[in-house]
Amino acid sequence: MTLSLGKDLLGLEALSGEQIKLILDTAEPFKEISLRAIKKVPTLRGATIVNLFFEASTRTRVSFEFAEKRLSADAVNVAASGSSVAKGETLVDTARNLEAMKIDMVVIRHGASGAAQFLAERIDSNVINAGDGTHEHPTQGLLDLLTLRDHFGRIEGLKVCIVGDVLHSRVARSNIWGLQKMGAEVAVCGPRSLLPNAIDDFGVTVFRRVEEAIEWADALNILRLQLERMTAGYIPSLREYNRVFGVSRERLERAPRDVLILHPGPMNRGVEIDSDVADGPFSVILDQVTNGVAVRMAVLYMLSGGNPQLAVRSAAGSANA
Amino acid sequence: MADEILELNNGTEHLVIVGIQRRGVQLAAQIVSLITEREGADVPQGALDITLYRDDLQTVGPRPVVGQTRIPVDLDGVNVVIVDDVLYTGRTIRAALDELADFGRPARIALAVLIDRGGRELPIQPDVVGKTITIQPSQRVDVLVEELDGRNAVVVAERESEAGT
Repeated sequence: MTLSLGKDLLGLEALSGEQIKLILDTAEPFKEISLRAIKKVPTLRGATIVNLFFEASTRTRVSFEFAEKRLSADAVNVAASGSSVAKGETLVDTARNLEAMKIDMVVIRHGASGAAQFLAERIDSNVINAGDGTHEHPTQGLLDLLTLRDHFGRIEGLKVCIVGDVLHSRVARSNIWGLQKMGAEVAVCGPRSLLPNAIDDFGVTVFRRVEEAIEWADALNILRLQLERMTAGYIPSLREYNRVFGVSRERLERAPRDVLILHPGPMNRGVEIDSDVADGPFSVILDQVTNGVAVRMAVLYMLSGGNPQLAVRSAAGSANA
Repeated sequence: MADEILELNNGTEHLVIVGIQRRGVQLAAQIVSLITEREGADVPQGALDITLYRDDLQTVGPRPVVGQTRIPVDLDGVNVVIVDDVLYTGRTIRAALDELADFGRPARIALAVLIDRGGRELPIQPDVVGKTITIQPSQRVDVLVEELDGRNAVVVAERESEAGT
């Protein structure tokens, strides 16, 4: 079986547990680079990468940009607003025009599920999915896995509950697939209106009450209530959501064990997560952000080459070099 | 080799030993423990993985697995000794020099290798050598270390062949 990631990283659903483990293992040495005084290695010198963001993003875009720059790639940011996309140019035309300027990789964030794959099938450059609609956000899933592994020393056997707006969450899907492939037990918890109808097909436990989830879990991944997608009246009110599903210190104190707290950001403090939980002793929310840069460096590094397994052999062959 | 390193650097003051991943790290550890044994001094020890600094990364295609880099002290003004198992083309050492420069400006960098097999492609020479050998380009030198291979040994083999001699 090949461990190569191939040309693109579109989601975790298509990857094997071994491939995911290889990405996490590759991310480990990249953590150190961000701690150096000179946070830069020459690995991707001369590579040109376009960050094509059709949706608003601070964390993910900046994280990719740091990852690219710390590998010495040349990165260009294109935001949909203020670009020719606003003039009605199609996704493929935009990408083909960029490719005509001889680029090597595209990092794409798009509101439509499947946009990254659509693009990957039509251009020669490597494509990295930085979030497509409600489908996947693979690098977020990977950084969540890395953060869990850092803390617990393993992923296999961990009980992780994803809390909140699973319906609209690409982070939830990437997490469910990634965690299951790495051998974790996955549960979800949220109002019925914010869980997908097909939730039973995911092979996850469903908790109706957040108290049950807290009692069961080693770690909670608390999703952002996507206020901008809340036009259809999924919940009665933010206050009621907080009262029923909000993760508070009082609720966590009743747990039989310390529960690790993850959140992909940006947080709605006082809605899905209370401030004293977000800033509390079991929160690893900022560790997630730190790990994001390392994970993205690892993905860029691996996609820019081919099969790392082959390389182990060729490195052994040239060990005398 | 430990003695020569001490002589070269006038003792253990400002001395830092840095091993190159992978087997240079274990050799560096052995040298450090010898120095500690004889001089009673604690010499800082680091590890360097030069994969991300390789000059052939754009052409090799497949991505080698990256090992850990660990530089425990500020390198400004210190005497660094790079330790590696086999010196061949010199390209690894070129990469190591580039990487060390990103960590600071040592007063001096020296190179200690267990085996010098000749065949340099860059103007790089070792300061301390365990043994110089002459072998064919078709042959390979493997340094085995206790920690990774179960024994300390040097094996000369034909490339693409598992048979040791």
